[in-house]
Amino acid sequence: MSQEQKKTTTQKFAGRKGAEILHEMLLEEQVEMMFGFIGGMVLPFFDVLYTSPIRFIMSRHEQGAAHMADGYARSTGKVGVCIATSGPGATNLVTGLANAYMDSIPLVAFTGQVKSFLIGNDAFQEADMTGITRPITKHNFLVKRVEDLGRVVREAFHIARTGRPGPVLVDVPVDVTTSAPANEPDLDLRLPGYKPRTAGHVRQIKMAAEAINAAQRPILYVGGGVVAAGASDELRAVAEKGKLPVTTTLLGLGTFDETNPLALKMLGMHGTAYANYAVQESDCLVAVGARFDDRVTGDISKFAPHAKIVHIDIDPASISKNVKVDIPVVGDAKNILAQMVEFIEPRDRSAWLAKIGEWKKKHPLTYQTNGKIRPQEVIETLGAMTEHEAIVATGVGQHQMWAAQFYGWKRPRQIITSGGLGTMGFGCPAAIGAAFGNPGRTVIDIDGDGSFTMTMVEVITAAQHKLPVKFVVLDNGYLGMVRQWQELFYGRRYSAVDHPCPDFAKVAEGFGAKGMRIAERSELSDGLREMLQADGPVVCAVEIEPEENVFPMVPAGRALHDMELGKLA
Amino acid sequence: MRHVITALVQNEPGVLAQVAGMFAARGFNIDSLVVGRTEDPALSRMTIVVVGDDKVLEQVRKQLGKLIPVVKVRDFEVVDYVERDLMLIRIHTPPEKRPEVVELVNLFRGRVVDVARTSMLVELSGTEDKVEAFIDLVRPYGIRELARTGVIAMSRGQQRNGAAEKEDA
Ligand SMILES: Cc1ncc(C[n+]2csc(CCOP(=O)(O)OP(=O)(O)O)c2C)c(N)n1
Ligand SMILES: [Mg+2]
Repeated sequence: MSQEQKKTTTQKFAGRKGAEILHEMLLEEQVEMMFGFIGGMVLPFFDVLYTSPIRFIMSRHEQGAAHMADGYARSTGKVGVCIATSGPGATNLVTGLANAYMDSIPLVAFTGQVKSFLIGNDAFQEADMTGITRPITKHNFLVKRVEDLGRVVREAFHIARTGRPGPVLVDVPVDVTTSAPANEPDLDLRLPGYKPRTAGHVRQIKMAAEAINAAQRPILYVGGGVVAAGASDELRAVAEKGKLPVTTTLLGLGTFDETNPLALKMLGMHGTAYANYAVQESDCLVAVGARFDDRVTGDISKFAPHAKIVHIDIDPASISKNVKVDIPVVGDAKNILAQMVEFIEPRDRSAWLAKIGEWKKKHPLTYQTNGKIRPQEVIETLGAMTEHEAIVATGVGQHQMWAAQFYGWKRPRQIITSGGLGTMGFGCPAAIGAAFGNPGRTVIDIDGDGSFTMTMVEVITAAQHKLPVKFVVLDNGYLGMVRQWQELFYGRRYSAVDHPCPDFAKVAEGFGAKGMRIAERSELSDGLREMLQADGPVVCAVEIEPEENVFPMVPAGRALHDMELGKLA
Repeated sequence: MRHVITALVQNEPGVLAQVAGMFAARGFNIDSLVVGRTEDPALSRMTIVVVGDDKVLEQVRKQLGKLIPVVKVRDFEVVDYVERDLMLIRIHTPPEKRPEVVELVNLFRGRVVDVARTSMLVELSGTEDKVEAFIDLVRPYGIRELARTGVIAMSRGQQRNGAAEKEDA
């Protein structure tokens, strides 16, 4: 992925139209698939696409296209690519870009723009996309001259996939795609200010290892950065050599196999009690590719109060942003963990691990099994039936937290979920993007009735391509997560959380997918099996206990160990 | 704490908006922000005066450095540097007050660039402190109009063309 290696194009671009140059550059970047929606200002490019080997997937809404590209990127590790026309097409991408930005997902979004000489004139379907997306992209470009187009596309992919990855927007006025450079344009990257550091300082790495070796109660706290770096093997090597318990963030799920005895599952607001207790009691907390988000730390002033803090991150700006870090190590997690394992000494941690074992025994994740179907049992059943190997996308809400807690994560890039932005509506299109990127793999969207409703129109896209995505809608008839807050903190005054739903099975059939509804516990296993075995897309609504709550819960503003354990206690 | 930070940036459209937007979005307070060309037409220099505690300033430096068109960031807190702020000020000066004001201008090594019947236009440059001290002294006469460029800065080690900088007043 070095700059040199990428210069593969031998194409001559002089005299060729911008749309063709753009297309050639996408081929150079090995783009196999792009998601989007057509419109006037991208017509010249779509004309080139007519005979292209690049597969174009039309979403039914541009937000869906951005989330599909995101789900494709998260599940494959490749850069996701989406395209939209100017104005409303482009603004419809905004949520998708913000979502990818918050979770550091590599995307390149192309938007058509009005003719370059009309920019600023309030032309028909003009929107200032570089202005609008500046705070929600890693970088963006407005290409005003066709001479710059090839280089900019190369820069966009380079920026999106290197360093701390993120979305990049390239806004291309339509006349740039129809004009041609007179001379051969220069394609070399021109990014003197962009030099992401990948190799960590050996001295810092040694210091970090020494702090770990000296600790009695160390813990690894692992986030999405380990997914991005592909550092799961190195992580396991460090954890096992040092006998270090590992807890992950929502985005870090899967980086450490949860069947490993050292696994503490997820920490934070809805993390396991044992992960949260272990963090609070630890004397050395090693954050790897995680950013001390407030959903993870609870009251930050009371977070891991006894711990020396080591922070490994590729983004220097993440270090000491939220908590004061004792030993920073800037660089690529894979690289750093691979070096670090050499300095880690096997130590006897039996006392610490025994203490954690007691917490695990005393406060396991559990739930009730009376009354209506409980969401947790749906997810556990799905986990068992898919041998914990499926790719699982989620919406945002209670169902997302139950999925995180109960699926049983084994490998990285398995969970496709909106962490930083918490975007309802992400699940359905993201699952579709993941399915396009992973033919042959089981892909499930564990969604909420509210979240699913926001973008379920994309089931049409899945049906069009006979894509075997299984949409499991945990239907509680509520915007459940908000209802839970109203129940606990607003005296059960349920305001605007009642969520009447359509008949999802019928909607699915109208969209060309198979529709199912499961209402009784006795139907659950057979129903889910039938769903998993069906060929094409299936929407399976499961009626669940409407007022089930997510526990443990650290109410906002409280210290991490100060949890409501709910009915689990 | 007041820090003077300079950023060498690629000279392309949108950079100023990007820097200003980042400051606004992250809630950093800018006292002044100056952009000007450098000897290299591809690069501009931004000089930013920021107020904040150590943690804020560390974030300011890092977040600036993270912006793709920003090539280099310097915080002048740690090095010996020269800063200049240029002011144009029109002071109310009836003829009888003129000599006093001219004396002040000379003391501060300023220049009178225009004289009208009841006012004088003065050019003055120096550190922010010096410029502000002058403003305080002439305030009693009446300030009709005032414009300042904001601070630009350069470290002493970085002198170009061998021209030794000298701090005055
Ligand atoms: C686009 C968007 N709008 C609003 C919210 C606020 N919000 C967070 S969770 C939630 C409820 C989600 O309901 P549902 O999808 O049915 O999931 P449940 O909590 O019931 O499992 C809401 C409204 C959000 N996260 N995203
Ligand atoms: Mg719901």
